[in-house]
Amino acid sequence: MSGLANGVEGAVTYVDDRTGVTKVVKKGMSKVFPDHWSFMLGEIALYSFIILLLSGTFLSLFFKPSQVEVIYNGSYVPLQGISMSEAYASTVRLSWDIRGGLVMRQIHHWAALIFVAAIAVHMMRIFFTGAFRKPRELNWLIGVGLLTLALLEGFAGYSLPDDLLSGTGLRIAEGVLLSIPVVGTYLSFFAFGGEFPGADFISRLYIVHVLLVPGIILALITVHLMLLVLQKHTQWPGPGRTESNVVGYPLYPVYTAKAGGFFFVVFGVTALMGGFVQINPIWLYGPYIPSQITAGAQPDWYIGFLEGGLRMFPNWEFSLWGYTLTLNPLMAGLIIPGVMFTALGLYPFLEAWVTGDRREHHLLDRPRNHPVRTGLGVMGATFYAILLVGGGNDLIAVAFGLSVQSITWALRILIFVLPVLTFIVTKRICLGLQRRDRDLLLHGRETGVVQRLPNGEYLEVHAPISAEERAALLAHEVQRPAELPPAYDETGIPRRTRRLDRVRVRLNRWYFGDLVAKPSPAELEAAQAHAVGHGPEATRTTPELEPGRAPSSPE
Amino acid sequence: MNPPSSSAPAETSRPEHLASLASEPEIHPSGLPVHRRLTDLDPVAARRAERQVAALFALSALGTVIFLVGYVAFPLGQGTKDPASLVWSNRLLGGGLALSLFCLGAGAIHWARKLMPVEELVEERHPLHSSAAQRAGLVEQLAASGESTGFTRRKLIKRALLPAAGLLALPPLVLLRDLGPLPGRVLRETLWAAGVRVHSDVTNQPLRPEDIPIGGMVPAIPANLKDVPTENGAQLNARAKAALLLVRMEPRQIVSQQGAQWDYQGILAFSKICTHVGCPLGLYEQQTHKMMCPCHQSTFNLADSAKVVFGPAKRHLPQLPLTVDAEGYLVAAAGFAEPVGPSFWERGGA
Repeated sequence: MSGLANGVEGAVTYVDDRTGVTKVVKKGMSKVFPDHWSFMLGEIALYSFIILLLSGTFLSLFFKPSQVEVIYNGSYVPLQGISMSEAYASTVRLSWDIRGGLVMRQIHHWAALIFVAAIAVHMMRIFFTGAFRKPRELNWLIGVGLLTLALLEGFAGYSLPDDLLSGTGLRIAEGVLLSIPVVGTYLSFFAFGGEFPGADFISRLYIVHVLLVPGIILALITVHLMLLVLQKHTQWPGPGRTESNVVGYPLYPVYTAKAGGFFFVVFGVTALMGGFVQINPIWLYGPYIPSQITAGAQPDWYIGFLEGGLRMFPNWEFSLWGYTLTLNPLMAGLIIPGVMFTALGLYPFLEAWVTGDRREHHLLDRPRNHPVRTGLGVMGATFYAILLVGGGNDLIAVAFGLSVQSITWALRILIFVLPVLTFIVTKRICLGLQRRDRDLLLHGRETGVVQRLPNGEYLEVHAPISAEERAALLAHEVQRPAELPPAYDETGIPRRTRRLDRVRVRLNRWYFGDLVAKPSPAELEAAQAHAVGHGPEATRTTPELEPGRAPSSPE
Repeated sequence: MNPPSSSAPAETSRPEHLASLASEPEIHPSGLPVHRRLTDLDPVAARRAERQVAALFALSALGTVIFLVGYVAFPLGQGTKDPASLVWSNRLLGGGLALSLFCLGAGAIHWARKLMPVEELVEERHPLHSSAAQRAGLVEQLAASGESTGFTRRKLIKRALLPAAGLLALPPLVLLRDLGPLPGRVLRETLWAAGVRVHSDVTNQPLRPEDIPIGGMVPAIPANLKDVPTENGAQLNARAKAALLLVRMEPRQIVSQQGAQWDYQGILAFSKICTHVGCPLGLYEQQTHKMMCPCHQSTFNLADSAKVVFGPAKRHLPQLPLTVDAEGYLVAAAGFAEPVGPSFWERGGA
């Protein structure tokens, strides 16, 4: 022990003499992070980004971002003697002739898929628990920005090898670019250095992929984490956990060991996939030739929703004063995703406006306690999922022996019907779960033990819930819906309310209207007294006398 | 991650859910639940955990050894003739790396969970915002400093500074101008013109009508494509626009076409580039004469002027009029009458 202390002392003295960081480090070390599995989702995103930086650096040592035509003469026999771009040739060489090249490429690709997936799931966690509320709205916006950049970065990455699949993806992107009114043709010519495919794009995309976008992502992650440290992590309600504290493990040593260990676990799983699960075998696709195509081609999963939009949106095209406005690529490729991401970014501000809640929140909401928010989230996820399914309609058609046309038509209808339906169902489920919580608080847990009373009546024994559970169930507040001021003021003159205020009140009542009331202290006390009256021993012999009593109406 | 471990030893035979009141003392007077682990109570369990952590770290080292062995044992490149070498190299490198990384991480986590302190700490949150006085002070200072520069008072400076700063946005935009040429008319032009021979895209040989059987589909390119230099992607660009589909059907099966007699004995030529977003077409149903785009399923009826019958494309596939030259080879009777490929703003026409 003292040996360790002596060794450390030397290092601390050396660094502190030159920087004076002792105080900061000491404070940082004891910084507390709450523990919950769902808090690891963001960690997975962060770690896969680090894996991407490491594996990507290795790949850049061998990849040549050039569209100069070369003749392949590497060790993959079927491509020998074929003319292809240097980008493609170097990617095949990297996979077949460089030891560890293929495993690094596959780790890189898998990590990219995991990166975007982890961001998406992390974001859902934030959304459904209300962690985006004040003071964390800015971090939510940064997160939306990071998600957008991650999509862009992923698309740029898998477009680089210049194989038939990725070239087709670029062709589609160019078609979307061309559909932009007025400037589309110019944007496309500037991006590709002239006509598609040209010979400039891969090298341009390369610098975007390895420097520009990852640089911005890195900067945003830094701010994202700095805000996290500054604002301290949110936590689940529980005994001893309040809005004004944070309970958990110190950064050093426990959290360092757990989070640092988790990095290696994520890296290990990614490496396992890189070693054993093939992904993007570009040598099978052949070099990109703009007159060739393969059937059943699929983009990486996170681009699938754009692909689905392109397949599902109607073929509307208009002629305006001799100009062409083609709506399908424009809507599916740019406007619909633009609206989706804007709505995502604005949600915290819209919700705060509707609820009128301007307070800070550090305790997480259980999704059931905000049925409208949860319903809206599921609604958005459903909309997205239908677009994603649409992107794979051909594969679904093959797998289930259906016609691709009927799948497309079904999805065109479902994208309007299903989100509404899932909203209603989700809201109902949430309200049902709220009633169950109330029931748990007042009557305890059903034990499954059914007893027969002397008078022949059958009853189920209820056991009280633990103090920890009770604290968690009672932590949330049930906000009352807003009221419009009376239509007439005291003097009997009709009151004028702004239209926007009336809209806000109506939305507010919709948001809070159906919430199930928490048991009042009096009700709880009565229930407690009732249980205590029976005593812990008595619970085994005397059943709850009022099983399944319907929750009383909200107070 | 840390459910309160059951502190009640098995002294009671009551089912756990009935013993829930026994969990009451698990709340410490401080209000926090008390976590108790076997490793805290039992030195034997603690030593076992220590051995487990050490074993995980040892497995990690083994993984690194596997990685190194895989690197040396399976050479790649021209030296080896065996493609299985790549498979095994990949498995050992990936598997070895996975073992070494995973076990290192798992060891650290196991160590933290079993042996490191289990007490949770409480950190108080302090309001993020500064005091009202501090804020007012800052606002005042900002306003006063701004005032002291005379920015609002000295209108001339303001009027000169804002346009000057605004103009600075132009150089970065202007610098992007040479990223590419202006579109001009190139999207409307292809290599096809009257008399250009039709070559098979498979063999790059000129095609005669008899080379295409009824019901057949042949991808084709113009004979002059090979004369386009490959530098700067020029040949690929030309190919991206000129790619052609030849199909043959009984002349009576042709319901309509885009120009009178544009077929040659039932051989029809259409642009291979989808009018949706430009994927090359490829899925041909010869019985119904429908051509489908594998990307987004736009479907064109080639027997009926290649009109759109399904999917996101709006416009038909442009048709190329065909004839034969003196030597009996298929040639274009004229160039395309309209731009091929996806719609763009300046394209015009519906």
